[in-house]
Amino acid sequence: MTTVVTENCKGCRFTDCVAVCPVACFHYDDEMLYIDPDVCIDCSACIPECPVEAIFEEDDIPEGQEHWTEINADKAPDLPLIEEPMDPLPEAEERKADLGF
Amino acid sequence: MSSLGDESNPLRVAIVGSGPSGFYATEALIKSSLIVEIDLIERLPAPFGLVRNGVAPDHPKLKQAIKVYKKVAQNPEFNFVGNVTVGVDIKAEELQQTHHAVIYTCGAETDRRLGIPGEDLPGSHTATEFVGWYNGHPDYRDRTFDLSHETAVVIGQGNVAADVARILAKSVDELKQTDIAQHALDVLAESRVRTIYVVGRRGPAQAKFASKELKEFLEIENCRPYIDPAELELNEASQLEIDSKEGRGNKKNIEIFHQFAGSEDTGKQRVCIATFLKSPLRLEGEGRLQKIIFETNELSGEPFRQSAKGTGQTTEIDCGIMFRSIGYNGVPIEGVPFYERWGTIPNDAGRITSEQGGATVPGLYTAGWIKRGPSGIIGTNRACAVETVEALLEDVGELDTDKPGREGLYKILNSNNVSYIDYAQWEKIDAAEVAAGELKSKPREKFTRRTEMLEVAGS
Ligand SMILES: Cc1cc2nc3c(=O)[nH]c(=O)nc-3n(C[C@H](O)[C@H](O)[C@H](O)COP(=O)(O)OP(=O)(O)OC[C@H]3O[C@@H](n4cnc5c(N)ncnc54)[C@H](O)[C@@H]3O)c2cc1C
Ligand SMILES: NC(=O)c1ccc[n+]([C@@H]2O[C@H](COP(=O)([O-])OP(=O)(O)OC[C@H]3O[C@@H](n4cnc5c(N)ncnc54)[C@H](OP(=O)(O)O)[C@@H]3O)[C@@H](O)[C@H]2O)c1
Ligand code: SF4
Ligand code: SF4
Repeated sequence: MTTVVTENCKGCRFTDCVAVCPVACFHYDDEMLYIDPDVCIDCSACIPECPVEAIFEEDDIPEGQEHWTEINADKAPDLPLIEEPMDPLPEAEERKADLGF
Repeated sequence: MSSLGDESNPLRVAIVGSGPSGFYATEALIKSSLIVEIDLIERLPAPFGLVRNGVAPDHPKLKQAIKVYKKVAQNPEFNFVGNVTVGVDIKAEELQQTHHAVIYTCGAETDRRLGIPGEDLPGSHTATEFVGWYNGHPDYRDRTFDLSHETAVVIGQGNVAADVARILAKSVDELKQTDIAQHALDVLAESRVRTIYVVGRRGPAQAKFASKELKEFLEIENCRPYIDPAELELNEASQLEIDSKEGRGNKKNIEIFHQFAGSEDTGKQRVCIATFLKSPLRLEGEGRLQKIIFETNELSGEPFRQSAKGTGQTTEIDCGIMFRSIGYNGVPIEGVPFYERWGTIPNDAGRITSEQGGATVPGLYTAGWIKRGPSGIIGTNRACAVETVEALLEDVGELDTDKPGREGLYKILNSNNVSYIDYAQWEKIDAAEVAAGELKSKPREKFTRRTEMLEVAGS
């Protein structure tokens, strides 16, 4: 079991999740964040913090988003670590509204 | 002239309590642009607070938060001062004299009371004691729990209640390779408990369990989770709660409760029954707990604000042991402001105030459960400690610059004849625990007596 960032994080990258992660396991690229499954302790602290409901426990991922488990595991380890919240991407608020949040 | 926080006058901070909030405050200070010296003071000879002594032994992955704290401890700015109770071995006022700033991160170590007749009968316990006992906390080493009656009752429906019920429900085989204390395993091995009730004063939509904790009950080898399906009927306001965005966790809980309600009786040895809308009125028994009388409740109020109101009807459960798990409470430290009603240190975003809503006291800060009250998980304390450290860093210009720090602290401890331990000594204890665990295929076998720990530490 692990915890996974999915599609909704794309283009928005609010980083509320990062502030409560007890073990620093979020990594980022220009588009979104990814969780390193080897470091994440599955505490679920980040899940309710995400304003666009992008984060799920692995066995709870909505249908059609399951591939994100592998993407997180593949990408996270080679990307830079993010330990402190940073500014959301410029189009974040717009994207959040588009997603219905 | 040099300023506070540079090479010639490092910012000297004492942090009281080495749980998550103490370590995250340490980390945030070390990461700041100032030169700092941190003395992390802990009343036990072992660090890590409730991650060691609260988090359930069968949740080893969560305990890996400790890896992060061990890394923080490797920084040269960090110093551990174990086996020192602030308010007893050193006065709070004395710490204010030795350090530029003091951060209280001492957690919420006691429990709330129900305030009902019979609460002190033998057989009536707190989750706090039971959790401390199975986790090998030295303060709870000699508690006794009589598990000879078939029925046990847990009052409260938060995650601590779930932990307590799960430890009672699991077989010894499921626990023996965890870091559970040996004395607890021995008692649990003899348990005759067959039925465990987990009783909430409000309804299933208001239960505070994390869905993940609930799901675990479906996996227990010898225990079937069950709920009477009639108890899962929701009133209109509760339905609105679970259908709203904020209620997504509760909705998941309701789905899992329905799985409990539909679970088949496959002859498992134990059953764990969640039941709702019941408040304990009194505990009865001759010489010890024999039954609990509950009043049946109904909910009233707006969605998310519903409270339980007694209906006047009563029901009872015969049982031999009860654990109240209705929340923790802070313990006041002499010389540090305390807000009795909430069991917290009064503060404004981490700056300690003289009283609730009062003026800030220069140089005093707080973070974690003692700042916010006893809720939130490990990671919540990181954001909380970061907020506090930001406040402290903003105030640096106004702090008294002339403080001896560590040297002054040790002087006082030595003159009070306190035998403190440092981080290297804790590492000896840690290594000895791991080695003792290896023999039993456990991640560690904890020392449960201070004297043993201090002996291994060579103190
Ligand atoms: C039973 C239980 C299970 C939990 N399980 C989980 C879980 O599975 N996952 C999760 O994310 N969260 C869990 N939590 C929540 C988590 O443990 C807390 O959020 C967190 O530990 C609070 O951190 P803290 O630093 O404020 O307090 P604590 O962890 O309580 O640390 C306080 C420290 O201060 C020390 N201290 C107290 N008074 C003094 C004094 N006067 N002088 C010196 N030192 C002192 C104490 O000994 C202790 O080490 C659980 C909590 C409990 C009670
Ligand atoms: N695995 C994990 O993630 C984990 C494990 C353990 C603990 N924790 C965290 O640690 C924190 C503390 O947990 P907790 O379980 O102690 O607290 P909690 O979540 O606040 O639960 C307390 C429970 O006690 C009930 N209660 C309070 N007063 C009562 C009374 N007078 N009579 C009857 N019932 C009463 C509450 O009901 P009402 O809702 O009606 O008030 C609630 O069900 C929580 O934030 C929890 O999530 C997390
Ligand atoms: S809070 Fe949600 S959207 Fe924002 S960075 Fe984290 S996962 Fe992505
Ligand atoms: S589940 Fe916990 S450890 Fe994992 S990414 Fe979220 S906050 Fe971090």
